[in-house]
Amino acid sequence: MSNKACDAGRRDFLKAAAAVVTLAPGVTLMSIPAAAAPRPADQPASATQRWGLLVDTTRCTTDCTACVSACRTENGISGHGRPATDPQWIRKIELRNETTGATHSLPMMCQHCANPPCVDVCPTGASFKRADGIVLVDRHTCIGCRYCMMACPYKARSFVHEDVEDQRPDVPRGVGTVEGCNLCVARVDAGGLPACVESCRSNGNGAMLFGDLNDPKSEIAQRVKTYATTQLRADLGLDTGVRYQGI
Amino acid sequence: MAPFSSLPRKREPITGGEWIPACAGMTRKVRIALGLLGVLFAVLTTAPAVAEGVPLPAIPKAKGEKCVEEPQLMRRYHMEFLGHQRDATMRQGIRTTRHSLKECISCHAVDGTDGKPVTIKSEQHFCNACHSYAAVRIDCFQCHASTPEVPGRQAAR
Ligand code: HEC
Ligand code: HEC
Ligand code: HEC
Repeated sequence: MSNKACDAGRRDFLKAAAAVVTLAPGVTLMSIPAAAAPRPADQPASATQRWGLLVDTTRCTTDCTACVSACRTENGISGHGRPATDPQWIRKIELRNETTGATHSLPMMCQHCANPPCVDVCPTGASFKRADGIVLVDRHTCIGCRYCMMACPYKARSFVHEDVEDQRPDVPRGVGTVEGCNLCVARVDAGGLPACVESCRSNGNGAMLFGDLNDPKSEIAQRVKTYATTQLRADLGLDTGVRYQGI
Repeated sequence: MAPFSSLPRKREPITGGEWIPACAGMTRKVRIALGLLGVLFAVLTTAPAVAEGVPLPAIPKAKGEKCVEEPQLMRRYHMEFLGHQRDATMRQGIRTTRHSLKECISCHAVDGTDGKPVTIKSEQHFCNACHSYAAVRIDCFQCHASTPEVPGRQAAR
């Protein structure tokens, strides 16, 4: 049998597996990596896609920080043991319902708003939303004024106070500019998953799902259509790309 | 190397791309200044014999067969290529490798005495060779890695 025939067989199998997902969304939630087909390198990001993240807070546990450590490794973020000023792209927070006493643990990061307040206030245009919904800082234009940090209701951005050395070539970052979760934009452009999602699946509790909210066939779109999901501070009308389930 | 007069003077497309209009917008003075710089480099890089007694920048040899553009074009226009690539990647997510800074760094890495590529702190670094000679200062390496990716560095994850 030629390699080609082999591949075809594999593809059919994958297709069949995907069909299971559409028949019973939720049941097979974390079974198939939702890696999108990579966009050709010379093609710009397009508004036909909108990247989103769904966090299942019923699976996320207080003791687990797999997403946070994966983010730090992937993006070369190291601190100086000074939590007040050390940069942070994702953090774990605990929610407690005052009346019922119910607690939830969840990861908190840039919510990739469709109407991002950080972009509204940026005086240089460094803060911007890419066509596919990822909210970024163009650090070539950032002057470090930190208006965006004040405007963000999620405290999602950090200022780099100190010189950075030993950056990863894929993730340039340095002193005097603001940074935040970029959904691992280089990995996503290559058809991969954000590091937190990958690590949550393999080292954590499989509580994070990444995908294209605009693609009705994607697992994330199916889930937000089927189940009640929450946008944090939905009252602000920011239309976040990160959604939570179970809070 | 070709004499300076053979360098592209007019706006005819050399490789295509938007950096050419950027040059078209330059004032005459800037173009003359650039031209003079070009002459300087043509002299510096081709005829060490002529420049007897004048200290010249020692430009380290690159790995790989040839540059992504003609070296003489690169000498004058590398900042234009890089600036264009920067905006395309950052703003639009275009990730072609031809003018990527990451790629320059991997081909133009210079090994130090310990056998590992030197960082931008070293005078030996490719991007320092001319810049320190011509008193050009760039901030790119406050953020960008000045050495190629070390294979397996992420294995810990
Ligand atoms: C495939 C490997 C490769 C890549 C990628 C590459 N170069 Fe080169 N470059 C070379 C080679 C080979 C030469 C020829 C001179 C030599 O052998 O050192 C050269 C020459 C040059 C020169 C002229 C040096 C001199 O001796 O005067 C400059 C400037 C330059 N490159 C800049 C860049 C920049 C900027 C980038 C990234 C946009 C880049 N190069 C990417 C291989 C590469
Ligand atoms: C304050 C930090 C910072 C500084 C300073 C900086 N960059 Fe960047 N640069 C970035 C970030 C962040 C990206 C986006 C990487 C991505 O999306 O994958 C980037 C991407 C790029 C890219 C596209 C990726 C690649 O490797 O080809 C180029 C080209 C580039 N920068 C060139 C430059 C040049 C030239 C300078 C100096 C004049 C510079 N940058 C200074 C942070 C910086
Ligand atoms: C052949 C010599 C040479 C080499 C090698 C070289 N440069 Fe340059 N570069 C120059 C000169 C000369 C200028 C100033 C040109 C001018 O001002 O018109 C310059 C300017 C720049 C600028 C624009 C600076 C500004 O303030 O506008 C950037 C960015 C830059 N170089 C990046 C690089 C990078 C990155 C490398 C290493 C990959 C590199 N250069 C290697 C000669 C060189």
